[in-house]
Amino acid sequence: MRYDVILIGGGLSSLVCGITLQKAGKRCLMVSAGQNALHFSSGTFGLLGKLPNGKEVSEPIAAIHKLGASHPYSKIGGGKIMEYAKATPQFFADCGIELKGNRNSNMYRLTPSGTLMPCWLALKETTVFPSRKERLRGRMLIVNFAGYLDFNTDFLAEGLEKMGVSVSRIADVKLPDVEHLRQNPTEMRSVNIARVMDREENWKQFAKEVADLLQGEEYVVIPEVFGLADPMVCEWLREMIPAEILFAGTMPPSVPGIRMQMLLKRAFVYAGGTFLMGDEVLASEVSEGRARSVRTANLGAIDVEADHFVLASGHFFAKGLLSTPKAVLEPVFGLDVSYPADRNSWYDIDFFAKQNYLGFGVETDQDFHPFKDGSPVGNLYVIGAELGGCNSLFEGSGAGVAIMTAFRAAEIIMNE
Amino acid sequence: MQQRNISFNNFEQCIKCTICTVYCPVVSVNPAFPGPKQAGPDGERLRLKNKFFFDENLKFCMNCKRCEVACPSGVKIADLIHSARRNYDKQFPELRDVVLANTDLMGKFARPVAPLVNSLISTKPAKVVMDVMLDIDRNRAFPKYQSRGFRGWFKKEARAAQDCYRNQLAYFHGCSTEYQHPEVGKAFVQVMNAVGWGVRLLKEKCCGVAMISNGLWSQVARNANHNIAEFRKAVSRGLPIVATASTCTLTMRDEYPHILGIDNADVRDHITLVEKFLFEKLDAGEIRLVFKNDYRARIVYHIPCHMEKLGWSIFTEELIRMIPGVSLTVLDSGCCGIAGTYGFKKENYASSQAIGKSVFDQINALSPDFVCCECETCKWQIEMSTAYKVFNPIVILAEALDLEATAAANQPR
Repeated sequence: MRYDVILIGGGLSSLVCGITLQKAGKRCLMVSAGQNALHFSSGTFGLLGKLPNGKEVSEPIAAIHKLGASHPYSKIGGGKIMEYAKATPQFFADCGIELKGNRNSNMYRLTPSGTLMPCWLALKETTVFPSRKERLRGRMLIVNFAGYLDFNTDFLAEGLEKMGVSVSRIADVKLPDVEHLRQNPTEMRSVNIARVMDREENWKQFAKEVADLLQGEEYVVIPEVFGLADPMVCEWLREMIPAEILFAGTMPPSVPGIRMQMLLKRAFVYAGGTFLMGDEVLASEVSEGRARSVRTANLGAIDVEADHFVLASGHFFAKGLLSTPKAVLEPVFGLDVSYPADRNSWYDIDFFAKQNYLGFGVETDQDFHPFKDGSPVGNLYVIGAELGGCNSLFEGSGAGVAIMTAFRAAEIIMNE
Repeated sequence: MQQRNISFNNFEQCIKCTICTVYCPVVSVNPAFPGPKQAGPDGERLRLKNKFFFDENLKFCMNCKRCEVACPSGVKIADLIHSARRNYDKQFPELRDVVLANTDLMGKFARPVAPLVNSLISTKPAKVVMDVMLDIDRNRAFPKYQSRGFRGWFKKEARAAQDCYRNQLAYFHGCSTEYQHPEVGKAFVQVMNAVGWGVRLLKEKCCGVAMISNGLWSQVARNANHNIAEFRKAVSRGLPIVATASTCTLTMRDEYPHILGIDNADVRDHITLVEKFLFEKLDAGEIRLVFKNDYRARIVYHIPCHMEKLGWSIFTEELIRMIPGVSLTVLDSGCCGIAGTYGFKKENYASSQAIGKSVFDQINALSPDFVCCECETCKWQIEMSTAYKVFNPIVILAEALDLEATAAANQPR
């Protein structure tokens, strides 16, 4: 069995790379061991929110030259990043995902705990502010579903009041179909509510209840659990509710993230790509500096070969990296990973401090070819969260690194 | 500290991410179902403490396995749910469920009077009677029983010729091939013979998937033990066991050990699906396929849930794409809503059609010549709910192949 490209991992980076390659006529196979981090997405993409020294960035592309040489952006180069940044909104629009934002400057998204974080592009429906100094004037109503614990209204109220608004009330809405979910408290989660809210009678009822609750407030905050099947629902809510709606993100799973994942996967499959969901690469063969084949759990003893391999299997959480008491390993190909020998320096006991282990990753050359036992693997590319050279959580660059390295690897493969 | 899992179904690995729920087709249409996370790993913690925590509503799980395919942590959620039903549900199944689950027995009864049964069950009064008496939904279209089954055809028309092939395999045809769709079995024999393989039949019993769904636990264990014993005999004679139905294959490979606790480790890897079997032989250069020059078709491929779980849709895709003159679009995978006997039940009919809507909409939007699918119950559902015909991949291959030229190309040199 032979493909032009085998992509390992099924998240943002793999899908962007796979869709680009498949549309360019390459036969692609994507293997994904279960679903991925898009299910935890904020509904926004970060390109660069902070420099490694902690200084906040307002113009991310212009700040790239300040990053170290081992950073994935530095390997791609500012010119290419600009080119890919220009292409990004159209790429997503072609997959049915509408993005907003100005590629040259950061915006600010509202986090589920009521703080503002820099972001680069956002889904059309997601609430963002042009600057950290944004002021909201007037009164605000915060609405939650009774019994929904993944939406912290007190934190949101505290955060939003710092922006100048006065939160007049926090109110609960009870709808029969949502109340039903409360029978099993562990299923009272964003996605369960979202699936109930996909039904027309339910979102209409919700809009009516919110409209009835309003007592002349200028703003209303509601959890981002609408439009899983059809984001137009968000627009219709705006029409039916006589106040400016701020959709606020919930704790995971993320409804906009799930929708993004579904649309990207569909784009890949419709373009002719083969997607193996729920399968796992168990063995790989690398010889003479080239990856040759992989074997998967479901396909058994079949060697699946390809001209190129893309490894996008994520970071520790996705098991793209594994750690033992002494070492950090990349389990699929056994690639070289950069990390300090002194285990005590891997982490900071202050949970909220910058954690070094989040910056560990696979070492690569300028073209994202990794090394195995010190020698480069010429037809293998490592992209996305699996890469070393950056601490994406700290920098707010996770989606940016995923997208930019995906475009870069795809371009190199297409030019070969 | 406990360092390793102690359960075979991995439930300790659940991190409560709720991704399973996103892909559960039932939870969005049936509020009575507690959802895969609660019904599976969350509920298991409680049930292990006290069986009192068993929830009757676990019966609403269709066992489509999409939760397991989506789980990033490898938790066998549907196995947990159905093992719990087997261990804790002491209710005896109602008559309707026994009738629906016995696909094999019903076929045997219906066959001698097939034309009568077919015309009777498609009449409105009979549908109303079944609806009222048995809670089988009156809107459901029934598959047609055939007067002459696959085995009868095989015995009369094909068996004698099988000895002349140098390679031999055992064919597990399943209930739908025997009673409703003998054309699938005929196509299988034609294609296998053309590539130089002779076909043997087993003394098979229904794989029992519908008995698992309907809680006929002792009956399904008898069938499973019978089939496994037959497979052992076949394997000892060097015969691979090849099936044409994805659900039978998954059930016999994975549900027997995971849900019924029946050890099949010695034969499991010998049980395969025809698409995988053919692809592997082609890939190894052991067989050749010669297609007709003038075959043309625009095909969409609906991946049945159990094919998705097997992870073998790739073989069907590869085989169908080999046919010159075919354009193949793979549907964005989703459940068609029938789930074997599930959609036949009155209480599930509306859910069933709501679940399948995304699949039907995609098919209608793509307006293909026909749909390709390995599962016969998906076929019934899609044919009832769209204007398109559905064919098993082996039927498509038999049609697209130049069988004589293929036979000539596979002659021993």
